[in-house]
Amino acid sequence: MNNLLVANSVSKNFGKFTALNNVSIEVPKGSIFGLLGPNGAGKTTLIRVINQITMPDSGSVMLDGQPLQSHHIRDIGYLPEERGLYKSMKVGEQALYLAQLKGLSKSEAKKRLKYWFDKLEIGDWWNKKIQELSKGMAQKIQFVVTVLHQPKLLIFDEPFSGFDPINANLIKDEILQLRDEGATVIFSTHRMESVEELCDHIALIHESNKILDGKLQDIKREFKTNTFEVGLVTNNEVNLTNLIKEKFDVSKADFKSLNDDLKLNIKLNDNDTSNDLLRFLTSKAEVNHFNELVPSASDIFIQTVKNS
Amino acid sequence: MNHLPLIIKREYLTKVRNKSFIIMTILSPIIMIALIAVVAYLSQLNNSKERTISILDESGMVESIFKSTENTNYVILNDVSIDDAKKQVEEKEQYGLLHISKGESIDDVLDGIKFYSKDTPSITLMEGLESKLERKFTDLKLQEQGVDIDKLKSSEARISIAQESFLGEKSSKIDNVVKLIFGGFAGYMLFMFIIIYGNMIMRSVIEEKTSRIIEVIISSVKPVQLMLGKIIGTSLAGITQFIIWIILGGILMMVVSAIFGINMAEMQAPQQELMQQAMETQGADMKIQSLISSIYNLPLTNLVIMFLLFFIGGYLLYSSLYAAIGAAVDNETDTQQFMLPILMPLILAVYVGIFTVIEDPHGTVSTVFSFIPLTSPVVMLMRIPFGVPIWQQVVSVLILIGTFMFTVWFAAKIYRVGILMYGKKPSYKELYKWLKY
Repeated sequence: MNNLLVANSVSKNFGKFTALNNVSIEVPKGSIFGLLGPNGAGKTTLIRVINQITMPDSGSVMLDGQPLQSHHIRDIGYLPEERGLYKSMKVGEQALYLAQLKGLSKSEAKKRLKYWFDKLEIGDWWNKKIQELSKGMAQKIQFVVTVLHQPKLLIFDEPFSGFDPINANLIKDEILQLRDEGATVIFSTHRMESVEELCDHIALIHESNKILDGKLQDIKREFKTNTFEVGLVTNNEVNLTNLIKEKFDVSKADFKSLNDDLKLNIKLNDNDTSNDLLRFLTSKAEVNHFNELVPSASDIFIQTVKNS
Repeated sequence: MNHLPLIIKREYLTKVRNKSFIIMTILSPIIMIALIAVVAYLSQLNNSKERTISILDESGMVESIFKSTENTNYVILNDVSIDDAKKQVEEKEQYGLLHISKGESIDDVLDGIKFYSKDTPSITLMEGLESKLERKFTDLKLQEQGVDIDKLKSSEARISIAQESFLGEKSSKIDNVVKLIFGGFAGYMLFMFIIIYGNMIMRSVIEEKTSRIIEVIISSVKPVQLMLGKIIGTSLAGITQFIIWIILGGILMMVVSAIFGINMAEMQAPQQELMQQAMETQGADMKIQSLISSIYNLPLTNLVIMFLLFFIGGYLLYSSLYAAIGAAVDNETDTQQFMLPILMPLILAVYVGIFTVIEDPHGTVSTVFSFIPLTSPVVMLMRIPFGVPIWQQVVSVLILIGTFMFTVWFAAKIYRVGILMYGKKPSYKELYKWLKY
């Protein structure tokens, strides 16, 4: 039983509009699972189905091997994209209320809140009203409330929006730490650099269909073009370029370097290995930069969405 | 997991602690009492002012009927011309001058009665004078026809028809007035309660939407629970406010009347006037007794039980509709188009109650409307004091409860979809579609 959450061909229609069309995902235990897709692709609907806010028309969702039931609410922590707090309620009171709704006792909730408030250095906000706080401050409280009941599954929808870089980093570290402590995280975002940093699995949803999923590493391998970025020291750039062009597919490259090198992207021939290329290059000039071009999550995202 | 108590508690506490709620709770009765006190004080001031009215009776027929009272002082003028009399009255700053001119016959005299004053005289004063004169001149004319007034007076018969139902229940006009007041009060209370606190529920739903907390809450609580918690919590806050109003109002009323010496009970509310009219036809000594007995005669147990059932049922029915409206819209201005269908039956109920139930509590219109669930709480509450067969009450309550359950289901559907919809101003057609999501 390695998957914490399994969705089996989940479909959901709103009238004539199809929000999800036979979408299946498998979220491994202890992973950070990136749920990606353009605006309006159906990510939020899928998340709402997992949270039992919306009932699917067909398909099923299993959490930890059991079909979703109402008591599973306590095993899930959800930070929605559309989030807010009661403006005129005090921070502490509100956090206690939300924690109790998740099934914590009042005393237990108080204890844990104190721990988190101290950890994030927000203890002195306890008696402030939400409307007195900035947006980022309110977001911190929301984060605490989401993770407070120590759920098995954490779902974050655009968790970093509204945070400055320092606080975004802080939250990112907290997420990683939660993962290390055994939580599984579903992470929905448009920000590809955070996908790159955090996720080990991804699923891409586009126009209500899942068009790609798997381990991020595997997907990258699948999308790699066997192209290398090369920096060469030479006196005669044109000559050398022509020489390489005879054997390989070459295009101009652009990367940062300390030297005024000849910068090229070179695609491997079908049966060659990187060593073959390197051997060829060293015989012609001095190589001071050699780097495999790995497709970024962003590239994969754009490419897949365009092709589908 | 049952979170209902938790939600109710939060809703109640947030409402009760809200500053504007506290201010309204304390200020409303103060303002009300202050207004009543001012009006009462002013009208008393007006009445207690001593007026002097001069009478110039050139016919000599009616002088004798003007006897000065506490508030009105009559001065009989003799042997002055009308012009002098006018001047005299004006100089002495008296209230006015009543002039009865000479005439050949009584009819001539009747045509020549005039009242002179600086300002337009008050209607009550004129009516008083007119009735005095009418009585006197009627007597005079009767005498002229050769009728013995004393005999006539002594042969006047006073009738008060005793009412009794076939089952032997006695009632009287005063009973009917008391019933009317009870029923009207109950119906009106419900009406006010629905409008004030229904709106409060609606606003609190909208607040949850606009502050975007709704999705956080909904991921831990079922929407139906949240909705019911909201309705119950707000209602409890409303009951608290009502009780404080009644207690505070009572205390203030006593304090104010003690300080200013104004007897609030003597304020002429329309119902009281009705009651007085009813009482005037009875012997004065019987008044209080019959009033008390007619209150005792009301089906009190029935009234209280049904009041609670209809009040709770009717209130919940309407407030779940208010909650659904709150969920369907983004802000308060968008609520208008949905408010009308809610307010219409409510207003209709009050009108039916006031106009039809008073006239004929068991007529077709009253009976029909006391079964239709949207109007039954108000109309039935007004009818019950007049004695409604138990089976009718039971059927009406059952219909109400059935409708209430249907409405909660319906409202919950709208609520469930609506709370997650933003930026759209839904049409009725769209609401219908939501039911099927």
